[in-house]
Amino acid sequence: MKPAPFDYVAPRTVEEACQLLSEAGGGATVLAGGQTLMPLLALRMSQPFIIVDINRIAALQGVSKVSGGTRIGPVTRQNDALVDPTLKQALPVLVTALSHVGHHQTRNRGTIGGSIALGEPAAEMPATAVALGAKIEARSVRGVRSIAAEDLYLGPYMTTLEPDELVTGIDYPEWPAGTTPVFREVARRPGDFALIGLVGALGVEDGRITRAGLGWFGMGATPIKARQAEQALLGQSVSGIDVQAIAELAVADTAPFDDHHASADYRQRVGKRVFARALAEALDIRQAA
Amino acid sequence: MSEHRINVEVNGRQQHATIEGRLTLGDFLRVNCGYTGVHLGCEHGVCGACTVIVDGKAVRSCLMLAVQADGAKITTVEGLASPDGALHPVQQAMRDEHALQCGFCTPGVVMTLAALTQDGARPSSETLLDAMSGHICRCTGYQGIRRAARKLAGENS
Ligand code: FES
Ligand code: FES
Repeated sequence: MKPAPFDYVAPRTVEEACQLLSEAGGGATVLAGGQTLMPLLALRMSQPFIIVDINRIAALQGVSKVSGGTRIGPVTRQNDALVDPTLKQALPVLVTALSHVGHHQTRNRGTIGGSIALGEPAAEMPATAVALGAKIEARSVRGVRSIAAEDLYLGPYMTTLEPDELVTGIDYPEWPAGTTPVFREVARRPGDFALIGLVGALGVEDGRITRAGLGWFGMGATPIKARQAEQALLGQSVSGIDVQAIAELAVADTAPFDDHHASADYRQRVGKRVFARALAEALDIRQAA
Repeated sequence: MSEHRINVEVNGRQQHATIEGRLTLGDFLRVNCGYTGVHLGCEHGVCGACTVIVDGKAVRSCLMLAVQADGAKITTVEGLASPDGALHPVQQAMRDEHALQCGFCTPGVVMTLAALTQDGARPSSETLLDAMSGHICRCTGYQGIRRAARKLAGENS
């Protein structure tokens, strides 16, 4: 249970970090909060030659209002984001989702960017980014690009980030005031990965749905956007929504698998109820059972 | 394999050391500094026994590299009681409520509660109990630990 030897470097700037990642030619791993990487190192499931610790890069920390939305620095600690007044006001559903990430002790180290770049399919942060339409800024010595969160994930722990790229910001678009948060997850114990989870937001104006962003976690190899349900909801009047029919559509977009925690069938059956309840709760619709 | 000089304040004492990059903070505190109150159970972030306070925050010391603690202030369970042996309020509450049996998980539990109640902070019992999800105890069935946490929140148990 001890990590294999590696070289450790802690650059102070993004440029330096990108330079190191480029020179390492794929042999380096970025260390953010370390709450997943450290176990992987201890178990020797990960044996990088070089650890590039980005915790000392001040420019990667903090939350700021930017034109068109909110930007979160990737090394922002989950517990700091949890009490951040800007986030509470602009992205309340992100704050709710954060309270389900790991435990108090791991949130003191764990970062938003680390969780997003890792791509655990049952984790809250990747699904929240996908649901809310966030963009991930990735930098390397070759330049900078912006990746839509839904294009980031290829499979469990697999992303479209290149080995020389560093996540330097997560940009969440603005959601209008009065946006209704949607969040529900089923887990065995607090802090466990979700068996089934739903996160997102609904914009409602004059009793009609004007915007919908909904994402599943724990329901497939990646976080999954509930695209069919989103489309079906747009333009609908809240009073006329057939919750069960939309839940059916939402589950149709998922592709869960069997594992030792739950079967795929269980996940879809419970997922449908989770969705129906979360939607009814968010829109304050009374429904039978 | 890189070596690093670090300078860390542990329980009020400066510790200078040259260490390997891969050394965890937990091993550094326990093996290099001799603070054996840092209990390493799982060594991969699951049990919470290794919890210490780093710059005012409860963290799992097996999930941090020692080199990352360069310049930090750390408190382990050895740093809580006063020099005359008087117990820290968290330790007293744990003792009063019979919140431990074998004691393996105890330093971690104590450090989380100490971090959340430091400088006179009085978090709700909900906050304290929620933070207890980060600790596994194989002995007590948690009821004593919960009582101690509620007591620290100012509730009568
Ligand atoms: S030894 Fe660190 S969490 Fe178990
Ligand atoms: S007292 Fe034995 S593990 Fe908690």
